[in-house]
Parts: sequence; structure tokens; C-alpha cells
Amino acid sequence: MEEKLLAIADEVIALSVPNEQIEVIAVHDQETDIRVYKGELESFTASESQGVGIRVVQDGRQGMAYAGSLDMEILKETLSEARDNASFGTFDEMLQIAEPDNVEPISLDLYDPALKEFATEDKIALAKELEEYIMKSDERIVGVESSEYVDSISASAIVTSSGIRRSSYDGGCYIAGSSLASDGKDMQTGFGYSVGRDPAKLEIEKAGSLASERATRMLGAQKASSGRKTVILDPYVTAQFLGIIGSTFSGESLLKGRSLFADRENEKIAAEILTLIDDPTDPNAFTATEVDGEGLASRRNVLIDHGVLNTFLHNSYTARSMGTQSTGSAVRSYNSSPGVGARALSLVPGTKSQQELIDGVDDGILIQGVSGLHSGVNPVSGDFSAGAEGLLIKDGQLSEPVREITIASTLQRMLLEVLGIGNDLERLPMRASGVSLVVADVTVSGV
Amino acid sequence: MEKEMIDKELIENAIAEALKTGGDFAEIFVEDKRSSSAYFDDGKVEELTSGRDRGAGIRVVVGETTGFAHTADLSTQGLLEAARSAAAAARSNGGASSANKLIASNAPSPNPVLVLPETVEKIKKVELLKRADDVARSQSRSITQVSARYGDSRRRILVANSDGVYASDDQVRTLFSVACVATGDAGMQTGRESTGRPIGFELFDEYDVEELAQTAAQRALTKLNARPAPSGAMPVVIGSGGGGVLFHEACGHGLEADLVKKQASVFAERTGEQVASELVTLIDDGTMAKEWGAFAIDDEGHPAQKNTLIQDGILMDYMWDGLRSRSQGRKSSGNGRRQSYMVLPMVRMTNTYIANGKTDPADIIADTKSGVYVAHLGGGQVNTATGDFVFGMTEAYLIEDGKVTAPIREGNLIGNGPEVLNQIDALGNDFAMGSPGTCGKDGQGVPVGDGTPTLRVQSLTVGGTAA
Repeated sequence: MEEKLLAIADEVIALSVPNEQIEVIAVHDQETDIRVYKGELESFTASESQGVGIRVVQDGRQGMAYAGSLDMEILKETLSEARDNASFGTFDEMLQIAEPDNVEPISLDLYDPALKEFATEDKIALAKELEEYIMKSDERIVGVESSEYVDSISASAIVTSSGIRRSSYDGGCYIAGSSLASDGKDMQTGFGYSVGRDPAKLEIEKAGSLASERATRMLGAQKASSGRKTVILDPYVTAQFLGIIGSTFSGESLLKGRSLFADRENEKIAAEILTLIDDPTDPNAFTATEVDGEGLASRRNVLIDHGVLNTFLHNSYTARSMGTQSTGSAVRSYNSSPGVGARALSLVPGTKSQQELIDGVDDGILIQGVSGLHSGVNPVSGDFSAGAEGLLIKDGQLSEPVREITIASTLQRMLLEVLGIGNDLERLPMRASGVSLVVADVTVSGV
Repeated sequence: MEKEMIDKELIENAIAEALKTGGDFAEIFVEDKRSSSAYFDDGKVEELTSGRDRGAGIRVVVGETTGFAHTADLSTQGLLEAARSAAAAARSNGGASSANKLIASNAPSPNPVLVLPETVEKIKKVELLKRADDVARSQSRSITQVSARYGDSRRRILVANSDGVYASDDQVRTLFSVACVATGDAGMQTGRESTGRPIGFELFDEYDVEELAQTAAQRALTKLNARPAPSGAMPVVIGSGGGGVLFHEACGHGLEADLVKKQASVFAERTGEQVASELVTLIDDGTMAKEWGAFAIDDEGHPAQKNTLIQDGILMDYMWDGLRSRSQGRKSSGNGRRQSYMVLPMVRMTNTYIANGKTDPADIIADTKSGVYVAHLGGGQVNTATGDFVFGMTEAYLIEDGKVTAPIREGNLIGNGPEVLNQIDALGNDFAMGSPGTCGKDGQGVPVGDGTPTLRVQSLTVGGTAA
């Protein structure tokens, strides 16, 4: 498939005319989504999709067009549409298609042939086993809202008239379950997952017990009292926050005056124990890839080094505009031009388990879930406020569950107030990995 | 529709192929979507983008199991192959089932389009962006960054199924948004405003981009002087038009039959019961002319409907799609929607709103000793099983001694659906629809509208940082 995509991209590139730069991204995805309910197959989706995005830069103006098709006739129309679109762009001398930068991609093993060999019936069985595991895990579990198995195999190719020609092929799979628990009065939900590249290695017990425990331990939850508290973020919650913090390191935000950390390079912006890395070359990261959205090699970028702001992230355009080098951080899909973003974020883990971190807190909350991050966090001002649920921590012990509370602070303050980082690094099906994180002085609103 | 998207006989053949090895139901959904957008940022027209996605999704239902496959190949071979894949996925395994004869069943569109966006010169779209940028920047020197986006789409769909449904729709949408950054001594703040309707370029006869730009800029500027939002439970007054998302989250999702059926909703098995204050009448209306969530037919070929969900506080009914209504032996309520041909439809809202009340909004504020006035809400999120929901305040003020006073910074509000519905103790007579929204569920986004008059909730938890 990669060869086919490269060939299609080559064919489009061959249509370029003098004084015109073209970049073609072609993708092909295969996905299986299996859902079971009450022991029966509820839905089975076998999907195959493809698309091509064409970006044209001519005389410092750029235009973009895409089509959900690999048909050459349609792609010719798409190319003329992109050319027409380019004529309406504002002139910007920094606008160019990326050029080869002589950084060789690190070869990563992101596809396990076991994924294709795994039988459909066995995939259905995994989802059924997960549902059954959750149902039987605790007598307070009254239902499983969803239990699913998902896998995907993605192939992509990027070819430019400037000489970049790269392709990639990767596969991943996960199981995820969502439980309903009740004690007769109160209803709570919990979810669990297991992620990998080989379906045979997915862990039903891990996913199932997580889904069960997260729901049952919340039964009887009440609102907490308001005040400033130390919170411990569960790995999944930390990963959600890292995703937002990562966006503040975008060279695009910096270039356009929207970054809270503008002019803070080499300054202390976080607690000394905190080192934040964006490393899509780490094969264990779910979002690892050999090249970025412009076809440049992925690389390891240290954003915060022991509390000090080390680097922003750039694609070729933001780098050129700011007189620096691309960090291989172009992010995109086939229907958009390259933006800038973190691709596989992770904190460098500490040495303590979550339990040991809890031991060190006298009066706090273990936050197991947050909601409303998309509406409650402003990555430009740094203000954040999120709905939260979790368990009170009293004298180093987990205590009663709390719900319908909010936690609020600013991203800037949160980074400085990090007191501890766990050793429980967790890979998630998103652009950030999780780890338990202790943050002091967060405003909790309840009653 | 100018001409059929696909030959009727081919559709019939594909449905027959999908039922060749049995099955209770088969459906083919064909979609041809063209979209164009223009983005202005940092003083420049950054880019125009045009896109086209075309394909068909085929589903086969066998007992409790749904099999689904899709293809971008609309040839005979492509469709028949997708039909066989869907049948195999559904595990059908027997003799052929028969299908009803297709009978054209189109519904009138609530959204007549005057000027198809594809017929408008691109330069006119670009000029709108430049005007918005000029106006936003002219509001104050503190406005340090402006971005604006124009977008339009035309989505032609055709739905046919083994029950004999054969319907099509031509859905046009036009959208415009402006976002500003204001910089002051204490850092940066943002403000945003958008408008959109399921109509063509005549949207801009109705809406002034200058006015949108002004509103976005003023929102950002106002927040420069904003105090930290308070924290804790207090009365909250939600302004007309700006707060329909409250009901979308507090109860809308919980009234979707797919969640109700799995007992994953606090509103399951509660029809006929008082679930809200008597002031509350909640309606979901896909026929509401020119509103963002309106259409002629839903993505299962069912005509859009106006459904009263809560009448004077009493739960009347849930929202239904084809699959869930079928198992209950009732009719769909026209709420089966999907993001694209690549995914299965689900129960989704359309335009969800609270019917008008009787009180003068000024009296509601004057009658509130202290609390928060929310002029504009951002997005939200709900856990339908527990009813707990949050939503963000993007423009809000303190209420002190019955008067709206100082602006406050952004934050989330949190509440519990059933509790909040019962705590609505004042409803204004100033109903208005809000900004166009995109509702996300299970990874799929669909356009929705919402609306409300000014109203007061006795107690909601405000998630700010101030004591």
C-alpha cells in the first residue's frame, strides 16, 4: 500500500509546473470496530478509507485542496482547485514547501504482523471477554454500557517537488470498556482500556478491573468542601493536561503572539523535578511515527528540562519565519495543511508509586476524572477550570469519593506547583502518555 | 436535487445483495460533500482549502447485530462489494430476505437556499475576512491578534432501505467566526464570536461581519479587566440565547434513546414523571427554519420533526433513531444522524431549546442578591449515567445587589442535570437561539442549535479560583 500511495503522489508531483511547489500527502486507513452488548455482537464496522491532500505554493502564496479518493482524474481536479486557492493567499516570503533537512528518520517498528493475522472471531471474543470480566468483577456492577475492540492500520506517503519522498506504515489496537455500577441509590460509571500493537497482548484483566474499580469506588460520592488543596492527578488525567500544555509550546502560537511562554526560553517555568519531552521516535508511544506531517524526520524534543523552558516546537514554516530549524513537529491530516504540535508527550517518570505519592499527602484529592477541558481551559491566557471527580485523601489514606466539584488554577502556576511525579508511566491512545502527578494549591469548588 | 446521485436500480441491487444471506434490515446511505474554507490569521489570508468527500455506507441488521461497511467507490462493483462486507460483518447466514419496493419519500427543506456558496467568487469570501480583521483591530490597541474563518459546505445525501424508504436532501451550510487576543498588564485574554446557518451566501445579508468582529474583540477586551471567577455554589443567571448548551448537556443527551436503552441515563424509565421545574418546556426541533441543526430528512431518510421532550416539567418522550425505535415497535423521531457516510448513525439532537417564559429578564437580575450572570457559554460535557455536567463560561459577570457588575475570567460551571432542572426558578420572556454548535458524541460531530430565554438556576457550582 505504501508503494501505491507513493506512486500516486509521484504522479501528482509530475504535474507541477515551473515556479510552483507542490506537496502531496496520500493516506489509506483500515479500521475494525467491534462492539458487544450483553454477550451479543452489537455492531461490526469494517472500514477502509483513503484521501489525498495537495498543497501548492506559488510566489509566496499557498492553497490547499483535498479529496477522499485516490482516483487520478479527481486528483487532477483537486490540484487545479489548490492552484486556484493559492492565487487568493496573501504573499508571505516565508511560505515554502519543506525542504530535505538531512536528518535521517530513525527506523521504527510500528507494525506487528500479528495484527493482520489475528482472526475476526478472536477479536469479537476479546470484546465479549472484556464485557464478561467487568460484569463478574463486582456485584455492584449492574451493566456494561460498551465493550469494544478497535484496530487500525494506517499507511501514508508524503512527496514534495522539493525532493522529500517518505512513507510510513503503522498499526495499533485497543480494547475499552465502560461500566455502570450501582449501590441501589447511586449510579456511577468507569472506563478501562488496554493498548498495543498485537491483539494477543491486550490485557483484559487490566482494562476490566480498571473499568470496574473506577465506577465502584465512586459510589456514594458527595460534593467536597471548597478550598485550596493538593491534588494527585491519575495518569489518564495528567495525559489530558499534558495535551493542553503541549499546545502552548507550538511555534505557531509563538509566531502569532498567542503563547503564554513567549520570551521565556531558558527561564524557569516549572518545578525543578519536571522534565517534559515530546518524543515521537519512542516506539512505545501510541502516536510514534518516523516522519512528521511534512515528511521530515521525527525527533526527540525536550520542552522543559528540569523546570527550565528548553525549546518550542516548529514546522518548517514557523522555523523559517523565526530563523531556526524545524523540530519535526508538523501535525496534520490529509484535509489540512501542516500545523504545529506536540506528537508524543511524556513527563520523565519519578521513582514513587501512586500509593507512595498518596502517603505523602495530608489533605487532598486523588482526581480520577476530569470533564469540560475543551471548554474550561484557555491555552492562551492559561486559565483553567475543569469538572472533576475522585477520592479524598486524608492523612495519606484514600478516603470517601467526591463528585460534582471543579478544580481550577492556571497552567503557569500548575507547572510551578508540581510536588511529585509517579513512576507509573502509562501509554494511552492519544498524543500524551500519563503518569501520576502531585500538584499543590489548586482551587477546589464544591459546596 | 439537480440529478440523482446514483442510479435507482443500482441502489435496489445493492440492498438485495446486502440481504442475500438474510437479515432484518438493510440500508444504503450515499453522501457527496463539497466544502470550502478560507482562513485569515496574523494579518494574512493564510489559506483557502477546498475538499470533496464522496461515498456510501451500507448497514445490515440481523437480530441485535449491525454490520457496517463503507466505500468511496460508487461503481456497481464498489457498492456490491460493500454490501457483501456489511452482510458478512452482520454475520447473516441464511436464505435471502426480501426488500420493499423503493418509494420516493422526500420532505420539504426548512432551509431554502438563495445563493449557493459554490457560485460565489472566492474573492468575496476573502474580503469578508479582511473586513472582520480591520474592524476587530480598530476596536483597541490592546487587540494584538485576530483570526477569522469562513466556511461553507454542500452535502447531498440519499438514503434508501429495505423498508422502501428512498429519500434525499441537499444540505448547505455557511459559517463565519472571528477570534481575538487582547493583551494587557496581566497577560492575554481571548474572545470569540460566530454565526452560521444552513443557508447559502445570503447569510451575510442578514449578518454583518463587522458586528461579529466587534463582539469578539469586546469579549477579549472585557476580560482584560476581569476578576478571577468566584468558587462555590451560588445562584446563576444565564442570558437569553447564550445558554441553550446548558440544556443540551443537563438533559438533552440523557434523553437520547440509545443511552436510555442501556440504562446509561438518569432519565431512563421516567416518562410521565416530573423531572424539571414546571417552568421548563424542552423541545428538539429539526424543522426549525434556517437554524443550524435543521434539515429536511435525517441521515436515515426520516423527515425532520418537532418533538416536545419535557412539557411543563413532565418528561414526555425520548429522542429516537431507526434502530432503537424499531426494537420498541415505534416510529423514529427523526433524530438518526451521522457525521459522514463512514460511520453508523446514532440518536442525536437537532435544535434543542427551552420555550419562552413570562418574566421580564431585568426583574430576574434585580431579584438576584448575589451570584453570577453568564452572557455566553462555551461548550460542555455530560456523564449521562450520573447526570453530572460541566460547561464553560466565555463571557460572565458578577451579580451584586441585583445588578450585573464586574466581568469575571473564564471558568467552568458544574451541576447535576436532574437537580439543576428542578432548580430553575425564573424564566424570562426574551427567547433567542444561540450560536451554531457542533455536538460531539462517540467521536462523531454533527451541527446542532440551541436556544433559551434568560433564566435563573438557584444554585450551581462556579469553578473559579477566587474564594
